[in-house]
Amino acid sequence: MSANSGKIALRGVTKVFAAGNGHGAVEALGPVDIDIAGGEFFSVVGPSGCGKSTLLDIIAGLSSPTTGEADFDGKPLAGGVPEGVGAVFQQDASFFWLNVWDNVAFGLRRKGVDAAEIRRRVSYALSFMGLTEFASAYPAQLSGGMRQRVCIARTFVLKPRLLLLDEPFGALDQQTRLVMGDELLRVWREIGATVILITHSLEEAAMLSDRVAVMSARPGRFIDFVVTRWPRSRDSRIIADERFGGITARLWGSLREESLKSLGNIGGAAMLDEPR
Amino acid sequence: MIPRRLDPILLMVAVLALWQGLELIAGPEVVASPAVTIVHAIALVQKSGFWQDAAETGLAFALASVISIAGGLLLGLWLGLHRFAGDVADPILGSLYSIPKITLYPLILLIFGLGMSAKVAFGVIHGVLPIAIFSMNAVRGVPPIHLKTARMLRMSKLSIAITILAPAALPEIVAGIRVGVALTLLGTLIGELFAATTGIGFALIRATDVHDVADILALTLMLFLFAASINSLLHFGERRMRHER
Ligand SMILES: Nc1ncnc2c1ncn2[C@@H]1O[C@H](COP(=O)(O)OP(=O)(O)O)[C@@H](O)[C@H]1O
Ligand SMILES: [Mg+2]
Repeated sequence: MSANSGKIALRGVTKVFAAGNGHGAVEALGPVDIDIAGGEFFSVVGPSGCGKSTLLDIIAGLSSPTTGEADFDGKPLAGGVPEGVGAVFQQDASFFWLNVWDNVAFGLRRKGVDAAEIRRRVSYALSFMGLTEFASAYPAQLSGGMRQRVCIARTFVLKPRLLLLDEPFGALDQQTRLVMGDELLRVWREIGATVILITHSLEEAAMLSDRVAVMSARPGRFIDFVVTRWPRSRDSRIIADERFGGITARLWGSLREESLKSLGNIGGAAMLDEPR
Repeated sequence: MIPRRLDPILLMVAVLALWQGLELIAGPEVVASPAVTIVHAIALVQKSGFWQDAAETGLAFALASVISIAGGLLLGLWLGLHRFAGDVADPILGSLYSIPKITLYPLILLIFGLGMSAKVAFGVIHGVLPIAIFSMNAVRGVPPIHLKTARMLRMSKLSIAITILAPAALPEIVAGIRVGVALTLLGTLIGELFAATTGIGFALIRATDVHDVADILALTLMLFLFAASINSLLHFGERRMRHER
């Protein structure tokens, strides 16, 4: 693989948020060590608040690790976001003052892509996101799920070589999630990007990924890795594969205890383990 | 269900009914009836004296608005973009805003004397702070996720300001201008009530001195219509910018 293949290397990465108004110092993440290969579809599951978004911010170059080293294509992620990285965040990031078309074209225009190419990519993205007839609608007129699709399209059209997705399908219903999953796999194959997907759906992680990492309760560390060995040409129909149940079961096996622990962090989880 | 489009008409009918009721209770020497007022207003707009007053007030109001908007925007945007300065200024602006402006009036008269500049100054001290406060909050209120998106796209500061901060903050800024302009008008008129020899505010005082009830109400009606149309115009612009519905 070339040097610009989109590979990630984290060594002893931790993140501690300094004490602020109303909270003491928060050990949010790590230490985390991981190598993600260029073109790999890598997913992360873990209890809420364990540091998944924090991890993604570090990989994006939006935030620097407190200790340890984070490299993207062999170069330290020090001076901000590298070229070729796209992200879809957990929160709605659509711009209310732009219609759907202009939202999706926003990044391409900033990058100076020529107009004909922008038209081509945007109309293609809108069609596979099911947004074509809403091209001139504004975000306030759309449902939360549709707004999230706008944000996904806005990132996909950039054809990043590293695609970071933070629970991008959270606002979508189950069927749409499956369809979006298929689209994500297609985009992944088409642009050959490295994908890092954070999800709370074990099924989604099991169906989409080459490898799924399970994170511990906060401060999040990797406690298990599951390699799926799905073919590259997979789609959502593999949920009918006999190995599918085994993979989700293994993920839940690793995650269950951590989920209980993280509930314990907010109080009252001991009762779950010791029924009176 | 009554269509919402009819709401303003229903409101107007209710106001007219109340007004008429008030005239019946208080008597025509205290409140002129809507009909009398409207007839008087029509007569008023045919007099050149009225238009001289209106031009005086209009000029003072326009000058005061321009200064309020320019000053408020400069101050507010600067504070909004500078986190620390904004944190320091926020409570100060808040308390300045809550000072009854009337207490500054002697000071303004001392500085500007009687006439146009005093009216303008009085308009500005009413309007500039709300515009500054709204603009500051508009910029600070831009969701951090938008700035995160900008960083992902490796945009320059200038590009972020033009393509994200400005449009994201604009509706809120226009809301500030709407409030600020209304208060500027109020300030300008108060200036005329207190110490002027021209303008609609002065005409009002004159009408009060001679107890011309129809004149007072006709002038008030016209001021109301003027203020309401500016307000609706800006409100309409603001709604358009938010792209709701
Ligand atoms: N800027 C911040 N300041 C302080 N604490 C933070 C900050 N961002 C996140 N945290 C805390 O760090 C922990 C991990 O957060 P996050 O990465 O968002 O978790 P996840 O995405 O797994 O739900 C949480 O306890 C959260 O409250
Ligand atoms: Mg998160």
